[in-house]
Formats: sequence, structure tokens, C-alpha cells
Amino acid sequence: MTILLDPTSERVPAARERAARLASIEGRTIGLLDIAKMRGDVFLDRLEERLAERGAKVLRFKKPTFTKPAPIDLRQEIAERCDAVVEALAD
Amino acid sequence: MATNPAQAADAQESDEAGARPPLPSGVVAFVKRDCPTCELVAPVLAALAKRVPLTVYTQDDPGFPEALSPVDDTALAVSWQHGIEAVPTLLRVESGREVERAVGWHREEWEALSGVEGLGPGLPALRPGCGSLSVDPAHAPALRARFEGGKLHARRVALSSLEDEMEIAFERGWSDGLPVVPPTEARVLAMLDGTDRDPQDIVATVPPDLVPCTVEKVAINAVMAGCRPEYLPVVLTAVEAACTDAFNVHGLLATTMSAGPVLIVNGPIRRRIGMNSGKNVFGQGNRANSTIGRALQLVVRNVGGGRPGDVDRATLGNPGKVGFCFAEDEEGSPWTPLATDFGLEAGTNAVTLFPGEGPRTIVDQLSREPESLSRSFAAALRSMLSPKMALAFDVVLVVSPEHARIYREAGWSKEDLRAKLHALTLMPGDELVRGAGGIAEGLPEGVRGQSIPKFRPDGIHIVHAGGGAGLFSAIIPGWANGAMGSQTVCRAID
Repeated sequence: MTILLDPTSERVPAARERAARLASIEGRTIGLLDIAKMRGDVFLDRLEERLAERGAKVLRFKKPTFTKPAPIDLRQEIAERCDAVVEALAD
Repeated sequence: MATNPAQAADAQESDEAGARPPLPSGVVAFVKRDCPTCELVAPVLAALAKRVPLTVYTQDDPGFPEALSPVDDTALAVSWQHGIEAVPTLLRVESGREVERAVGWHREEWEALSGVEGLGPGLPALRPGCGSLSVDPAHAPALRARFEGGKLHARRVALSSLEDEMEIAFERGWSDGLPVVPPTEARVLAMLDGTDRDPQDIVATVPPDLVPCTVEKVAINAVMAGCRPEYLPVVLTAVEAACTDAFNVHGLLATTMSAGPVLIVNGPIRRRIGMNSGKNVFGQGNRANSTIGRALQLVVRNVGGGRPGDVDRATLGNPGKVGFCFAEDEEGSPWTPLATDFGLEAGTNAVTLFPGEGPRTIVDQLSREPESLSRSFAAALRSMLSPKMALAFDVVLVVSPEHARIYREAGWSKEDLRAKLHALTLMPGDELVRGAGGIAEGLPEGVRGQSIPKFRPDGIHIVHAGGGAGLFSAIIPGWANGAMGSQTVCRAID
């Protein structure tokens, strides 16, 4: 295992920080990313209903295959169009 | 007899700290099978074992030498910690402490050390040994990290098997946009060899977050920048100079203007660390020039927390903000080094920090007299940053060898040139006033009828550098200079 020495002032945790959470989903655009595993759509359909009830706009996306990371174009499209994304795993 | 007082002193210190494993009393030998001298003296060791208490540590083959029950030191821990540099090495140990050392095979030394006469009767009197595996470049860095890593206090960041050690610096925001050398313990320990200072000494309080910065943190960022250990004293001095109230690196970082720290190095250290003061002096291709300024900028970024778009609000910036460092050509100069203008003696190792932007070339291929060339320089200087502004910005004028020759041949001192440039950059207030020349930018009405100097009295710095061919010089424009902004700061390198 490679161990590096932290070059910073060490004022933030060494682990990468999560992106800031949304204060509210009302009026925000939420992406739902289907990773292309069977029946992920069932879960995401229900999630879409629940999000819509709370006033969110929902956009649906799907990876070509669950075995590989999402293509860069897809990730960029989600980043451009959505305020937050839910990536669903169903199996 | 190769005894080493420094090592003995270290041994004492380490013993007191309990860091170094004690050795068994009697005679202690370090050997490896892959050493013809060790093979040669194996029978001598067998003979010694019958006469004195003998312990043999073996570095490569735990079964060598046969019949002597050697202690397995294939991990090289004992060899490293007792400073074994060659094998065979014979020690005499009393109460766990080394009192005598013989390196290689030397019959007289071995007999004196062991008190046993008639050793190796059939052998030559003397046979040098081989390098100890513990100092082999294949093993030494890891051993050093293992046994000396404790003096490094920085947080350890363990990479997962999925993380790429080159990508990590980008992902964690440690990079200026270019790849950095991963700062491993071994590399940082090697970097610290470049200074006698304690790794935990505080070098400076680095803005904008005002973080006390240790020698170790500077070394980590110097590793990342690509510095060699011998550059570290220059980097440490640059960090100190940058973080003074006079240089005001906070303001320089935060300004919307394009400037960043420009480092100019004087003294013998330029040659010792291989800096470029000649052809392509501002350009690419020299490791010291390219990495020393970058190390300072990485310290400001990583330790100080000063990042572009955050506290760094530059509208345009300049490519030199990755790092801008060069050396003065003192040997070919008609003048005294830049550092002497700040009160240091010629020949002093020094770094001068100027808050400047990218260099801008002045072309004059026809002037052969200092008067004419100075007018060329002055015309370029008057328009620097804005032809309508004065007294706001200092400048570094970098005079190349072919231009400098004109002053040398005419017997002009640096002061002569400076005085001439001040005189030639005096401007009529009527031309500088707002609206004059159809340009809204300019000075207030009060300057009408006056003669206004472009530069503050100590605002023109003159440096000699560049390749030997080309009638070009350069201007490095400053930022808000003086007490309201940044002063140029020159410091001797420790």
C-alpha cells in the first residue's frame, strides 16, 4: 500500500468530502441513474413518484452496462442538468 | 581502524531512546553470502567462534556461514540501525555497545579487535569487503522510511488499491494542475537531507489561512514540485521571504492583477544546484528554475490554502504563477549582483522575491550607445501596464548580455543606468491626466503642469541574465508596489 504525506495544513479530513447535500428537493432537478441491472427501473419508478410528490423535477438516465463506470458524456450530462443524482442498485 | 565517533554518539542517543536493538557482547560480525571476502573469511569466523563469544548477522542467506548459527538479518534492521556500510564488518561490543569496528578483512585489525592471534594464516593480509545490503539503493530508502519515518509528523494518507498515486494529487486538490511527484516518506526524508534544520522548525506563517508551516511541510511540497534536496535551502528562504509583511504574499495572491512571486537567485548556489541564468532563462528545461518557484506556490496553495478562484482572484493570472524562478548571470555581468542592491555582499547566496507578472521582451538591435539603448528601454517602461499610470508599479529590467556589453564598454554602472531610466521615464502630467490622449484612464487633474516619475525611487531593479546572442532585454512588470502592496524582499539563503 502506498502511503503519502499530507502536504496541506490538515484542517480538513484526509478522506474526500461528500458534495454538499441539498437543503430541499422542492423545485430542484433530481437525476435517477439506472445502472442497468434487472428491475432497477421498478425501484426508480417508485422513487420518481415519491420525488414528484415532493415537488422535484425528475430526469431519468441509464448506464449502457452495470459492469463499467458511467460514460463520461453521461456523467457530464447529469452534472449539467441535475442538482442531485440518485444512483440505484437493484438485483 | 575505522571507528566513527559520530556513529558512536548516535548509538548512545538511540540507546537512551531505546530505538536501537542492543548487540550481544563479544565479537559481532555482519556478512552476506554474495560477497567473496565474506566467503573468504568464513573459516576465520569459524576459528574465532572457538576462541571468543561470536555472533554473526547475515544479510542475504540465513544459512551462511554454515555451522556458525548466524542470526537472520535479511530484513536488514540490525545492519541499518548499527550503520553497517560494508561487509564483512567486525565489531567488538561491551555491555551492548560498540567499542571497536573493523571493515573488510584486515588481519591485524581483526586480531587487535578480537584479541586472537594467528587468524587466517593462509589468507592475504588485507581484502576489502563489499557494500552492505542495508545501504544498497534498492533497500536503503525503505529502511530509512521504516526507521526514521517517526521524525515526520505529517498526516499519513494511505491510498486504497484502486487509487492511482499520480491521480491522487488532482483528486485531493494538492496539484497546481500539473502532475506532482507523490510525497512518500522515503522521498521526503531524502528531501530533508537538503537542510540541517529540524523538520519541525517553523519556517513561516503562511497566508491566507495563516498556518504555521514546518520545514517538513515545505519539504513535502518541494518533493511534489520536483525539487532535488539541494534546492531545499532556496525554497525555505523563499517561503520565509514570501510570508513577510513586506512581501505580502496574501495580497499578491488575492489581487485581481496578474502578478505572482518571481524568484531571482544570486550567489554560488546558482552553480551548485545547476540553475540557468543563460539561454532561455525564463523558459522551460532547467529543473531548478522550474521547480523552486513551483514549490513556493505549492506551499501557498496547500499549506496556506491559497487557491485560484478562491482567495486567488486574478482576472487573468500568468503562466509564471505555476512557478517563476531564475538565476542572475553574475559572471558575465558588468554590474554587481541584484542582492547587493539590498545590502548583501557580492557572493552571498540569496533569493530576491519580486511581485511580478510575465516577462515582456524589448527589441533593440540597432542601438550601440548607452544613451540610445536607455531611451529604448525607457519607452517600453513608460508604457508598462498602462501608459497613463505612474508610481504604482515597480519593475525588474532584465538586461541580456549583448545589451549589457554596450553599457560595459561605455563604462556605465548599474546606478548610472538606473538614474538615466528614472530621468527618461519622467512624464509630463498633462499627458497622464485622465482623458489625455483620448484615454479615460489616468491620473487626477492635480498632476497638470507637473513632471511625474513613472517609478518610485527604488522601483527599478536591474538584473543581468539571458543567452549570449540576441539584442533583446525584458521587463517584468510589478504589482501594487511599496507599503500599500508588496515590497521586493531579498534574503540571504541559510
